[in-house]
Formats: sequence, C-alpha cells, structure tokens
Amino acid sequence: MTARELTLDDIESLAVGAWVLGTGGGGNPYVPLLNMRALYKQGHRAHLIPASDLADDDLVAGAGGMGAPLVGAERLGDPYTIVRAVRTMEEHIKRKFTALMSVEIGGGNGVRPLMASALMKLPVVDSDPMGRAYPEGQMTSTAIGGLKPSPLALVDVRGLESVVHSTPNAKWTERVARKICVEYGSTAIMCAPPRTGAEIKKWGIHGTTTKAIAIGHAVREAQRRHEDAVAAILAVEPGVLLFKGKVIDVARRVTEGYLRGVLRLDGSDDFRGVSARIDFQNEWIIAYRDEQPLAMSPDLICVLDQVSGEAVGSETIRYGQRVTVIALPPPEIFLTPKGLDRVGPRAFGYDLDFRSVFSS
Amino acid sequence: MRRIGIDVGGTNTDAVLIEEGKVVRAMKAPTSEDVTTGILASLKSLGSTGLLTGKKVDGVMIGTTHFINAVVQRRNLTKVAALRLGMPAAASLPPFCDWPEDLAALVCGGVWMVEGGHEYDGRPFMPLDEAAVTRAAQEMKAKGLKSVGISSIFSPLDPTHERRAAELITAVIPDAIITCSSDLGRIGLLERENAGLLNAALADLSRDTIAAFEDSIRESGIAAPLFITQNDGTVAEASQARRLPVYSFASGATNSMRGAAYLSGLQDAMVIDVGGTTTDVGQLKNGFPREANSVVKVGGVRTLFRMPDLLSIGLGGGSHVQLDPLKVGPLSVGYKLLKDGIAFGGKQLTTTDIAVASGLLELGDRAKVAHLDAATCKKVFDESARLAEEAIDRMKTEAGDIKLIAVGGGAFLIPDKMAGVSQVIHVEHGDCANAVGAAIAQVSGECDQIFKDLSRVEAISAAQGIANDRAVAAGAARATLSTIESEDMPLAYLPGNSVRVRVRVVGDVAGS
Repeated sequence: MTARELTLDDIESLAVGAWVLGTGGGGNPYVPLLNMRALYKQGHRAHLIPASDLADDDLVAGAGGMGAPLVGAERLGDPYTIVRAVRTMEEHIKRKFTALMSVEIGGGNGVRPLMASALMKLPVVDSDPMGRAYPEGQMTSTAIGGLKPSPLALVDVRGLESVVHSTPNAKWTERVARKICVEYGSTAIMCAPPRTGAEIKKWGIHGTTTKAIAIGHAVREAQRRHEDAVAAILAVEPGVLLFKGKVIDVARRVTEGYLRGVLRLDGSDDFRGVSARIDFQNEWIIAYRDEQPLAMSPDLICVLDQVSGEAVGSETIRYGQRVTVIALPPPEIFLTPKGLDRVGPRAFGYDLDFRSVFSS
Repeated sequence: MRRIGIDVGGTNTDAVLIEEGKVVRAMKAPTSEDVTTGILASLKSLGSTGLLTGKKVDGVMIGTTHFINAVVQRRNLTKVAALRLGMPAAASLPPFCDWPEDLAALVCGGVWMVEGGHEYDGRPFMPLDEAAVTRAAQEMKAKGLKSVGISSIFSPLDPTHERRAAELITAVIPDAIITCSSDLGRIGLLERENAGLLNAALADLSRDTIAAFEDSIRESGIAAPLFITQNDGTVAEASQARRLPVYSFASGATNSMRGAAYLSGLQDAMVIDVGGTTTDVGQLKNGFPREANSVVKVGGVRTLFRMPDLLSIGLGGGSHVQLDPLKVGPLSVGYKLLKDGIAFGGKQLTTTDIAVASGLLELGDRAKVAHLDAATCKKVFDESARLAEEAIDRMKTEAGDIKLIAVGGGAFLIPDKMAGVSQVIHVEHGDCANAVGAAIAQVSGECDQIFKDLSRVEAISAAQGIANDRAVAAGAARATLSTIESEDMPLAYLPGNSVRVRVRVVGDVAGS
C-alpha cells in the first residue's frame, strides 16, 4: 500500500471542504479537527490510501458518528470512543480490520476516521458511501449495491456498547440503530458493517476525501487572499449558484434523533424581492424559490456564509445571517432508479419527481 | 430627555450632551492612562459650561473598548478556574483547548472536569458529582483562585447543574465570582464555555472599571445613573455590565456606526470611522451595523457573540508617517499624540502633523511643521486615501458606488472624492460620532421562557409581545421596536408541546 501521510494543513482543508459537502448536516467538523490538532501535537499521524490500493480480501471499517449534530456540539467527542467502536466490531466478528473509511464524507464524519487512523495506525481509504452527508444509513452506495446491512456496532462515551447483529436490509439496521442512538442521547459512535476491499472498490464513491481537501483548500486560499470564497468553490467544482439572501426564520424540532425544520430566506443582490425556503432533515433536502422547487436531493444543496465561503449548518444557522446557496452535482450512483428510490425527494416524504439543477 | 454619551477610545475620550435629540455640546479630551481622569475632565468641563445647572440628566452612557482591549492586549486579566460538568464526554478537549497559548497561559488557573450535564431532552447526562465539585472548589481555594467559569453540557436547556455547582463553590469560597455559561447562552459547549471563561477573566477589571466610572460621575457633581453600552447598540445598567462585561466588547464600533447614522440621517451607507490608531469600516443597514456572520474570534478565542462586521486597518490621526519610502501606519502614537507629534514639540511625524502643515487642522504649532511642503502632504494624503479605499472596497457587498459617512477624530484623512464612492459625507460632530452613538443607545426588552400548549408561531408571537412590553416599560418608543434576536428550541421531554423561546427587541428611547 502506498499510504500518504496527511499533513495538518491537509486536515484543516478537509474540515472546511467536508463541511461544504455536509450540505447543512453531518455536524461541524470543527470538533474532530480540534481532536486531530491535539493528536498531531502528541505526535500521531493519519494516513490516506486510494481504494485501488486495497487487496480484495482487505477488511475495511466504516467509523463515524450518527445522531443530531446539535448534540455533537455539546458532547464534543473524542478519538478513544471511535477506536472503541472499531474494537467492539472486531470482537464481534473475531477478525481484525486492515483499513478504515469514512461513513460519509460530509461534515464531521469526513474527519472522524482520521482520529481512529492516528491512534490505530491503520490507513483511511479515500472513498465513502455517500459523497456528501445524508441522515439515514440506507442512503448509501453500499446499500444500493445490496451489500450486507449488518452487523453494526454503536458505542457511547459512558461505556455503553451495542451490536445490531443481523437485519434483513439497511432500512431495518437504520431503524434499530436509530432507537439505540436516541437512547444514548441522540448521538452515538458507530462502526458500519465490515466491507472487503473488493466491495469497496466496486461500490465506494471514490476520491471524496481528496475532493473535500481540494474544496477546503480553495476556500482557505480565497480567504487568505480576500477573494470571493464561494466563487473559489465554483471554480474547483462544477456547481451552480442558486440564491443569495438573509435568513428571516428558522423553525427546527428534534424528532427521532433528527433535526428537522424549515429555513426561510429573503433575497439580496440579484435576488432582491425573491424569497427562498429550504426544508431540512439534518441536511438541506429541498430548496424552493418563491415556493417553486428549485433544487432537491440528491443534488447537493450547500448553504454558505456569503463572506467566508464556509458552510453553515442546519443546527447553527440563525436569524439575520447572510448566506449564498449553491448546488453541487451528486455522485452518479444516486441518479440511477435504485439510487433515486433511496435518496430522491420521495425518500424524504415529498411527492415530487426528481429534477436536477444540472440536467438542463 | 437629556443624556451624556461618553466614548473612551484608545486615543481620545469624547463626550456629548444630547437634549431632546439634539447635540448641544461635544468635547474631546485625550484618554488618560488611568481612563477615568479623561472621563472626569469631560464631565467637569460639561458641568462648567452651566448647561447642566439645575437640570436633570437621565443617564451617563459610557462606551468603552476597555474590556476587549484587555483581552487583545493580554493585560489586567484575572486567573480563572475552569469547571466543566460533563464527564466522561469531551475529555479529550478540555476547557482552554482552542485558546491561543499565550492567552491560555495568562488566564488558565486550572481545569476541573467532573461528571454532570444534561441530554438534549432534559434527562441528566450524568448525575452531578457534587463531592467532586466540592473537592475542585477546595483545590481552587488552595490555589487562591476566586474567579470561576462553570460550563455544563446542554446548560442553555437546563442550567440546574451549573447553578448547583456555583452554590457548592460559594460554600467553599464565599467571595468567589462565578460566571455560569448558561448566562451567556447558546448551544455549542466550547464557544459558550469560552465566552464564560473570557467573562470570568474580566472579573477584576470590570469591577474596578465600573467602580471608577461611578466615582468619576459622583466626583463631577452630576447626579445621573451610569449605563454601559452593549454590543447590540443598547445599554445595560452598571450592575449587569459589571457581571457580564463580555456583552460590552464591541460597543465602541456599534456606537460610532449608530452615531454616524443618527448624525447623517442615513439608514444605509458605508461608515468609515477614523480614530487615532485604527480605522474601522463597516456597513449600515437600516440604521444598524451589519453583523458578522461567522464565529467571532476575540483575541484569538472562538465565541458566538453577535458583533458588527468590521474591517479594521492601522490608519488614524496618530499614525506614524515615514516619508522615504512612503509609509503610513500601522504604528501610532495613540494617546500620546499631543506630546509626541512634531507639531506639539515631539519627535514622531504623524498624519495629524501633515494635516496641521497643510492647514486642514488648527492644532499645535504650525511653525514646527513648516518644513513639510504641499507635495509631501499630498503624497501622504493620497497614501491614506488609498488605504481607506482598499478597506471600503473589501467591505462592499455589491458592485457599484456607495455613500460613505466619514466620522471620527481622524476623518480629515478622508477626501471628498474617492474611488468606488458616490458621495463622501462629513457630518457636524462627526468626530464624536461614537459618543453620540452611546448617548442615543437604545433600550431593549427580552423574553426567555418556556411556553406550553401553543403552536410555534403562537409561542414566538407571545414572547415578542412580552419582550415589547418590557422594552416599553424600560423607556422605549413602541413604534420604533424591532426584533434583533429570535430563537426557539423545542423541549421534547416536557409534556404539552413545550418550546423555549428567546426574543430580544430594541427600540429608541421615547421622547419625554
């Protein structure tokens, strides 16, 4: 394996880029970043490998968090609990992992496997099963590929360890895991069902850690030069500007371990006199312009700070903030009929046919 | 309505007397090293004008950069004991973990992390380990620590663990000054904790400063209550400002922008405030400074304060001028302008000397700067204007030329024609805009309570009504009230569809 040692600067960029790909959810990577800074200061290092370097019989652990980002902002999180989730799974399947992977590149989970990588001396695969963030475990390329939906390990910092041993499909894993997560306090660290190298090579969404680093690097460079950071993202990614405006209302509620709600915006600049609304379930799901659907999942809807270009999360966005909304293209697999079944607007309860911002 | 507004800046202390909405008198005195001498001098000279004889003053409103400067310049800070309730969570990221090292070294008197805290739905995360809190308090006492910052997981939803811990500490250290993070409020443990620790670090300075302000007023013979201006353009009574000095952090900038709006009658414009040491550029929207969006760092510490979005550059009336090669700022003579400037017999060439030489200002001794010819002065003014233009351009949110209000003691550095500006507006008393902003500071009303059996819309509307009534009771004109913060949080664990709503409204002081 040609593992690349990540620099702290790479990880700083990853945190910014993963937050953009988090599309409002996934939790702010700031806390995982702080943990990485502390780990690097103690001399630990994280490594990255491309999926193509995996042997077919390698065993890959998807390690990350689930639950409401709001809770993560209070409970923070530490590297040892992530290691414990991976060890819990190893004890359960009586095999050792040879690599780690992100369970979703968007948000804090884009950085969390690096926390375990630094302590466990295992490389992180430059792939993930979402290419963004999504609220539910079956909204993944691995579930679309029909890979085994269990077992799944869930741990809590207070010494709680659970394994969902066997389920018929990913939706059931999600339902049962969600109940455990809610009992833990709507936050849990998980180890996803183990995958072989061959499975990841076939079903993973590849190069996503590198992509997030590139987006973050573009934003940070633009900030440093006092240039337009949103334009910098659109220069490295084929995205579309959707809206500019000010937050006039955020309605949110915590149900079933999700943060659901509606964001309302008043247009500014070229969008003066226009209103926008974005519905969210942790992530931004559907954006409307004057109540007409404008963009929807699986297209990535990113709400960014107008000045810094950094992402604004659904749990922290507030009245009066000035934001720019852009769309980024989704991973190809989500545009297939099977993909749209799982992550299209109907999967979130909207009676709408998917229309991509990018299809015109 | 008669108010005295005072702004204590790094270079000058400005004071204005406002009666029935008009600036009756404005004065400027150098800021003294002990701060209060300048305030006392201003108040005494206001008194000596006879303008106040036999008249009632409704309030002395003081805006000060004292607290934020203490953090930025790392001086006069109190050692703080940090107590976090939430173990075993977050153990890898203890209090002070994301502070700049130099500031943490100055402020951190010790960190204690014990079991406690809540879940998002109000269940305890862990029972509060009271014995551990008492042990921590004894260790704090042994170290001679008196200022304590307490944080707890989800304390904005349920502050009981923080309050109980405060009681337990007070039992061990009766004169402890305690900041609970729930008083500063939002979700986000690290940022809330940081705000609390900064507040605790200002405990001694805030006690001494507010006492000195009160002494100055008493000594000047003016019988009026003291108010301290806050970041959001409102005022707080002295006792509250003493307890929560962090809320006064950015009031200087807010005051000058509000003062500029008031003096110019404009609601939307760019404001450039040229002080002695720095120039702040910000944008007025509807008469208020546009707020910074992202997490605000104070002295390198990440917080969730609402602050005006400002760009500061090192340009002002006291800026050092170097002629070959040409350089203006960022160094400044600061409050020593009237001593160290060449026109005043000192040795340091400043932008004020250039203004005196070119006849723009009548200050000091013009003969002492007679050697500076017109071409030299023009070069320095051009360079200052270039620095200002660059800053204005960076703060613009849309293309096209904008109106610019130039205020502050160094506003003479802003020419009438500038790139990207449709009109430069200089206003009467503009050199004291921040004191004017302090004098016209608004009154606020807040409602923060749990509503049951109401829809979200009904609950917010009820909270708004209560906040409005409170603002009016505190002296605001109802027609001018506007909502500046509105936040609601569902409390799933309480019966009957409970929601906690926090609404803050502000309004202008009603005319009497």
